[in-house]
Amino acid sequence: MTTASVIAPAERAALTAGAGRHGKLYWALADAWVLCWRNIVQLPRMPELLVFSIIQPVMFVLLFRFVFGNAIQVPGGDYVNFLMAGIFVQTVAFGSVGTGIGLAEDLHKGIIDRFRSLPMARSAVLVGRTLSDIIRNGISVAAMLIVGLLVGFRPDNTWWAYLAAAGLLMLFSFAFSWISAVIGLSVKTVEAAQSGGFIWLFPLTFCSTAFVPLDQLPSWMQGFAEYQPVSVTVTAVRGLTMDYPVGNSAWLSLAWSIGILAVFVPFAVRRYRRAAAL
Amino acid sequence: MTTKPAVLAEGLHKSYGKTHALRGLDLTVQAGTVLGVLGPNGAGKTTAVRILATLLTPDSGHAEVAGFDVVRQANKVRAAIGLAGQYAAVDEYLTGFENIEMVGRLYHVPRAACRRRADELLARFDLVEAGGRPVKTYSGGMRRRLDLAASLVVSPPVLFLDEPTTGLDPRSRLSMWEIISELVREGTTLLLTTQYLEEADQLADRIAVIDEGLVIAEGTADELKSRVGGDHLEIVVRKGGDLAAAARALRPHLCAEPDIVPELRRVGGPVPGGAALLPEVVRALDAAGVPLEDLSVRRPSLDDVFLALTGKKTSTDDVEKEAA
Repeated sequence: MTTASVIAPAERAALTAGAGRHGKLYWALADAWVLCWRNIVQLPRMPELLVFSIIQPVMFVLLFRFVFGNAIQVPGGDYVNFLMAGIFVQTVAFGSVGTGIGLAEDLHKGIIDRFRSLPMARSAVLVGRTLSDIIRNGISVAAMLIVGLLVGFRPDNTWWAYLAAAGLLMLFSFAFSWISAVIGLSVKTVEAAQSGGFIWLFPLTFCSTAFVPLDQLPSWMQGFAEYQPVSVTVTAVRGLTMDYPVGNSAWLSLAWSIGILAVFVPFAVRRYRRAAAL
Repeated sequence: MTTKPAVLAEGLHKSYGKTHALRGLDLTVQAGTVLGVLGPNGAGKTTAVRILATLLTPDSGHAEVAGFDVVRQANKVRAAIGLAGQYAAVDEYLTGFENIEMVGRLYHVPRAACRRRADELLARFDLVEAGGRPVKTYSGGMRRRLDLAASLVVSPPVLFLDEPTTGLDPRSRLSMWEIISELVREGTTLLLTTQYLEEADQLADRIAVIDEGLVIAEGTADELKSRVGGDHLEIVVRKGGDLAAAARALRPHLCAEPDIVPELRRVGGPVPGGAALLPEVVRALDAAGVPLEDLSVRRPSLDDVFLALTGKKTSTDDVEKEAA
């Protein structure tokens, strides 16, 4: 009878033999996938998080549709068709806060120490987390889409355009997750990751074209509201799902997301190394 | 293989701002043995383990684990070690099985083999029934067992346990001790930190006492105990009035001036010869006409050792949190 806790060296060598068979990049992706899987498996077991990421955006759809819908004049007439792109972008922006909260929790509970003591890729914790958050955000967007369709949202474009809209949203969500990662790794508590993660998103999502057409915003705000990342992404998604002009918004959104990633990925990686080494 | 130590640390320094966590720490653990690193909170134990487990880089100094440099060959070190910490770093929302499987896959063990190991380890650590439940339903003792099980997926030759029983109830502590002793019997090299002298005494072959970032004494439990001066003789006399006579009778047999505690009617002191001395002591007291209530020779506890080495009690209440 073997005692299982300690195994013979030969068997041990067999267990870890695979490690040498693949290159660095393979293991970086494989490790990121293991952690992505871990975060996805957790989702249905954290009902409070699911509530956050599904009920809240659905509530926004209903509130804006029925409370403000008649008060805000939009080109094309039907507010719900104007609104949905704004709600989609707002949802993935708010959803990105979960990235920072998750990382802060992992740091706090010492699980990042365990990961760092394993022969796994250094990048996997951050990449796995941000990838799984795209999926989590995708679930929220899908839930909202269904509710939107129920209350009168009628998308009107080609499937290619829908696909492009979904792609822009995902990239935007991924980029914002990395900003949130920096916040989550910089604060001392999980609570701070939550409130600090949200606070800057309110002005960004409301001083935008998400809920109100640009020309109805105060004129001093319009310069900011026109070109900030939330607005350009909203305008692009709106144009790609409805009969609204896209202009150069899709390219601007792409540029914002890539620019954010270029700055915040290295920033988050540096924060991760420092935070975890304390 | 030569007799290269499994763990070697030389002159490790680590500071956090103005706090000097380690000030030139040296440690050696021979393969297949257990080193107990003993010290109060804030002594630098956790910092030392974090450096050896590649979680921290030292400011200066050098360390090797399983023959690899912890800074330059960190990934090779990681493939050869297991780490279980005082905060039971397991994922609350995953099941016990999933936790072990995840750690195995991050050691780059194929998925099927991870699952087989998970089953074996859950059985070994008495967690079969709990294996399918999320960890947040586990008790503290179960979490520690799972944490330890997860660190054993690839059966690493070197294991670091950072205060494995801190905060556990006595029964869970005993069961952890049993598991750890078994691992050691099976040949794992172990570095264990603890605040409990009893734990080091139970589990460790050698003990390094550290205080303020330095090893202040090292040796087997017996060697350390003899450093405080061998055995300790104590007698309790029946009548307080006999204390002076008793002290006079004992003086020739003690290595130091007798220590008298009138409130307890007790006289005592270190003796050179251990229990063999007892008959002589009894005869001397008898000759002096001193009736006894109690007489004992005891080995010094590691608490005495720590007190003698540092002038401090081990379990201080005003502990500053270890910078970790």
